[in-house]
This record gives sequence, structure tokens and C-alpha cells, in this order.
Amino acid sequence: MTDTVIEVHDLTKRYGRATAVDSVSFSIRKGEIFGLLGPNGAGKTTTILMMLGLTDVTSGTVSVMGRDPVRQPLQVKRVVGYLPDTVGFYDYMTAVDNLRYTAALIGIPSADRDKRIASALERVGLQDVGHKRVGAFSRGMRQRLGLAEILMKDVSIAILDEPTSGLDPHATSELLEMIRTLKRDGVAVLVSSHLLERVQSICDRVALFNSGKIVLLGTVPELAREVLGGGYNVEVEAEGEELAIRFSELSGVKAVDQSGPNRYRLLAETDVRPQAAAAVVKAGGSLRRLSIAEPSLNAIYDHYFETHGGHHAAT
Amino acid sequence: MPQREGSPWQGLSVVFFRELFDHLTSARMLVLQFLVLLFGAAVVYFAAEQIRNTTAEDPFLFLRLFAPPGQTLLSFVLVISILVPIMAIGLGFDSVNGEYNRRTMSRILSQPIYRDALLFGKFLAGLATLSICLVTLWLLVIGFGLIRLGIPPGAEEIGRLIMFLLITIAYAGVWLALSILFSVIFRSTATAALVGLGLWLFLSLLWPALAQMIGEVISPSDIRFAALGLPTPDTLAWQQGLSRLSPGTLYGEAVVSMLNPDAQSMTTLLAQFQGRIASPLPLDQSIIQAWPQMVSLIAGMIMLYVVGYVVFQRQEVRA
Repeated sequence: MTDTVIEVHDLTKRYGRATAVDSVSFSIRKGEIFGLLGPNGAGKTTTILMMLGLTDVTSGTVSVMGRDPVRQPLQVKRVVGYLPDTVGFYDYMTAVDNLRYTAALIGIPSADRDKRIASALERVGLQDVGHKRVGAFSRGMRQRLGLAEILMKDVSIAILDEPTSGLDPHATSELLEMIRTLKRDGVAVLVSSHLLERVQSICDRVALFNSGKIVLLGTVPELAREVLGGGYNVEVEAEGEELAIRFSELSGVKAVDQSGPNRYRLLAETDVRPQAAAAVVKAGGSLRRLSIAEPSLNAIYDHYFETHGGHHAAT
Repeated sequence: MPQREGSPWQGLSVVFFRELFDHLTSARMLVLQFLVLLFGAAVVYFAAEQIRNTTAEDPFLFLRLFAPPGQTLLSFVLVISILVPIMAIGLGFDSVNGEYNRRTMSRILSQPIYRDALLFGKFLAGLATLSICLVTLWLLVIGFGLIRLGIPPGAEEIGRLIMFLLITIAYAGVWLALSILFSVIFRSTATAALVGLGLWLFLSLLWPALAQMIGEVISPSDIRFAALGLPTPDTLAWQQGLSRLSPGTLYGEAVVSMLNPDAQSMTTLLAQFQGRIASPLPLDQSIIQAWPQMVSLIAGMIMLYVVGYVVFQRQEVRA
């Protein structure tokens, strides 16, 4: 398939006897946001480092835009932008000078450099602090500067390792929004995170890691159907007689959960909101709230380990 | 297995110029340079006074400025041999682990360059910084000598002084390569600096005495030589060999043969013993005399760099 930009096959990394990454396979398509999710220490960063050629591969293959990161690292690194976990900059230099250094390393012609730096800084909202020292930057600003570096590099693939860790909720939303704009440019984005819920909202597909293995791979509704038996989570707040029983009789509903007085959560294969509303009306009750939520990855992850009995390292 | 593709020099000049700029503008370098200048000025001033008072007809007047004759405790050469390692360690101790600690390493290495360029650029920039410092200092001393002594140096003196400068740069390179090696091995910059300085103290203060003792243990003095008041050749060979493990010893020996053409080397000792008159060696003979030491210094520098390079290539880049 010509659309595939990253192809990972049977990738394994061992440190002595310990296996950090165990026969991992996945592929990423152009213009897709792919989530590498799982608890800390599950092998996400090691997988990323192998994709960049920064650490040796024990066995298996990686192909980035058709190139081998171990033997052709320069070509791979030219088309891939990498934002490491808690990215660092030279604190005594200004944001612009930091980017100028990277631009020189990349080999951007000096005539273009300042123009590209300025437009990248503007896209991440740092245009006013470009000439301030990075030492004075907050964590969120540093992450954004890291993103600006990727934008300046004009890459086909962006690899972001824990981009939201340590950020407050507002900064997290801002950063995730910026990541979405990367996708609009046709960049394939790989995001790794241990915060399943926060990141699932921007991911087209996810791979759930545990102890070096990918345990689940697919879109979130797909996984929900596979693991929970239903892809939709309908929340109902209503007063009425024996509503729980009535809901469970609806077709497509897999489970009903009474989460509080007059609050019900329905797990269903399809969007059962109209049927639920009708059921409330039929029972002579009064409907106060009806909403649908994507099933949370946390729930999927937890449920998977409950049913599969594997050891559970999520925190 | 196919070889990796692309040039290892890609990005070398970018790293080199940035590091050089960093070094030359850093407060650390300013302090070190000031220190050297202060010590150097004091020592050279006293040397000049001494020369003006005592020596009237000396063919190597200018060399005396750097290494005064007789048992002078403080000479310019001594100051250099003490301060150059400190400068080199000061420049190199945080060059690699500093990048890890600032968490810039993986970001830089994810750009299209090899690790070779990063390490070699850092090493060359450090060496260039040290060279700039030393050349400046060297020119200052010569200029001072011209004013104070009032006579220009001869062609041979110039040649000897240039050799002295080159040997000093190689000596600085050894310490720089060593401190970069420590900065690769130790993740903490403080540890790297302390180990570097500790090794320097050990090699310059303790090792000369220890080498004597160990040499004596390995090959005890023969009573027949001792009775004549002469060192036993075997013992002396061991002691010399051991003490030459210290770059300071090698540097001292090389510099003495460059700056003291009439130095009491083994050959001049022998000449006196045989009743011949010891005369100053010509420049080419001095170079031949110092050749093993010079080669050893350069080889040591390359060897230490290569060890650091190998360790760095195998390192896991996580930060």
C-alpha cells in the first residue's frame, strides 16, 4: 500500500534477558494520528527509539518511508520529526536561536531559515517570545517550541513521545489541538502516552501496550466492541418505574449499569438513544438527560485485563 | 551487513561553530583565561627581571623567558603545565552528559546527523578554544619579551617556541579528550569534573613519587651502582617508563628538550662523563630528542578520544 509511511514488523528489543519490546507489528498511514498507549515502562519509548534508529533493533524490521532506520538513519531522520518526552532546549539561548541551530543541523538553506522559524513559532503561538531565553519558558511553552521545531522541519511523519505529560488541562487541550493541525497538513502523527483518556480523543487508531506487547490494536469503537461487547455508552438520567429492566430489554443493549439514583449507563452495539427515550416515555417517566459518550480506553484496558487475567500494570 | 549510509561529517561544522561560540563567550572560559593571564604575567615578569640582572651573553635569551635556567620554582612552563589541564577539564567535563541532563541529546540526535559529528565537533571546538587561548598567551609573552628585553628572538628560538606551542596544544588535547571521555562515561557533570580533577591531581602530585617507588619494587637497585652513587639502569628504566604514563611527565620532557637546548639529558651527562664538552643541541636534534614524547602525547589524545567515541556510540539515548 502506497499510503503506508511506517511499517513495523515483529520488532523485538532485548536488554540482556529482559525483553523491552516483544514482537510488535503495526503500520501507520499517511495523514493518520496513531496512538501508542499504555502504562509507563511498557516499551513505547523503546519502540520509538528503534523507529528513529537511535537504538539497535534485536530482531524484526522497521521501515520508515521505505527506508531502514538502522542503515539509512540520515534519510529517515530527514523526514521524521521527533518530540522527546520532556523535551529540552539550551536554556541560555533564545527560542529563535535554538531553532536556528536545529535548522542548521537539518541543512535548511540560511535564506529560508528565519522565515520558516517565524511561521513555525506563529503556528504554535510563541511569536511574541521568540527572542526570550528558553530558560524562562514554562513546560507547556517548551513542548510547543518542540512542536515548532517539527513544523519548521516540514516533515512527513511526526513522532511525539508523551507530549502532554506534566501539562495542565488547558495547555494539554491547546497542544492536542495543534497536533490535530499537523494531521490536516497530511502529516502522519504517532503519539505515545500513558494518559489513555486524554489522548484517545485525537487518535484515529490506537495500539495498547502492556509489558512490551501490543495487546489491542484498532480504532476505539472497534476495540470497545471487541473487548466490552459494545461500542456505545449511552447515559440516561430519568425518573420512572423499573427503567433498568426496560432498558435491558432494548435490542442492542449489552449491559445496563445503575450509576446513581435515576442514572443509568447503557452499553450498546448501536446508538440506542431514540429507543431509550421511547422506553422512558412508555414507562410514564420523565427524561432529564440523554447523552452518548465514546467508550473510554481506560475501561477497555481494565476490562481486557480482568477478562484475560494478565497482570495489570496500568496506573 | 550493509554499511550505514550518509557522511559522518554531516553537521560537523554546525556543531563546531556553535560549540566554539559557546566556549568563547562563556563565563567559565573568561575566568580560566584571566587566571592563566594573571599567573603567566607574574611569572614572566620575574623571569624577565632575573634575565636582565644576570644573563648578559646567552644565545637563548628568549627561551629563558619561558623556562628560566637553574632551579626556579615558578616558570611560565610550569604554570602552563598546571593550568592547561584545568582549562581542558573545565571545557570538556560537561560536554556530553550536559546534553543528556538538559534533555537536548535525543532532540539533537533525531536531526539528520550522526553521533560522530556531535562528538568530534565538540572535541574540535574545545581544542580550537584552547589553541586560541594558548596562541594569544604565547604572543603576549613574546611581545612582552620584545619590550622588556629589547632584543628580537633569533630564527632558531622562534622555531623552538613554535614547537613548544604545538606540544602544549597536544598536551591540552590529551586532557580535553580525557575530560570528554569522563563526560561520556559519567551521567553527572559533577562526577565527571571531580574524577577529571582527581586524576589530574594524582598524576601531577602523587604519580612521580609513586613511579619511583614502584620502579624500585619491580627492579630493586643494585648495590654496586648505589655504591658508586649512580642509579641502576634497570631501575631507572622502570621508573622513567612508569612516570611517562603521566602526560605531565611527557610534556615536561618534551618542553625541556625544546626550551633548554643545553639541558642535562642523558646524552649530555654521558658527554660530561666521557670528558667531552656539552654544547647546545641544534633544533633538529632537539626535535628528534623530543619526538617520542610528542608522538606519545598525540597518540594518547587520539586513543582517549577513540575510547570516548566507542562508549558514546554504544550509549542508549533516552534523554
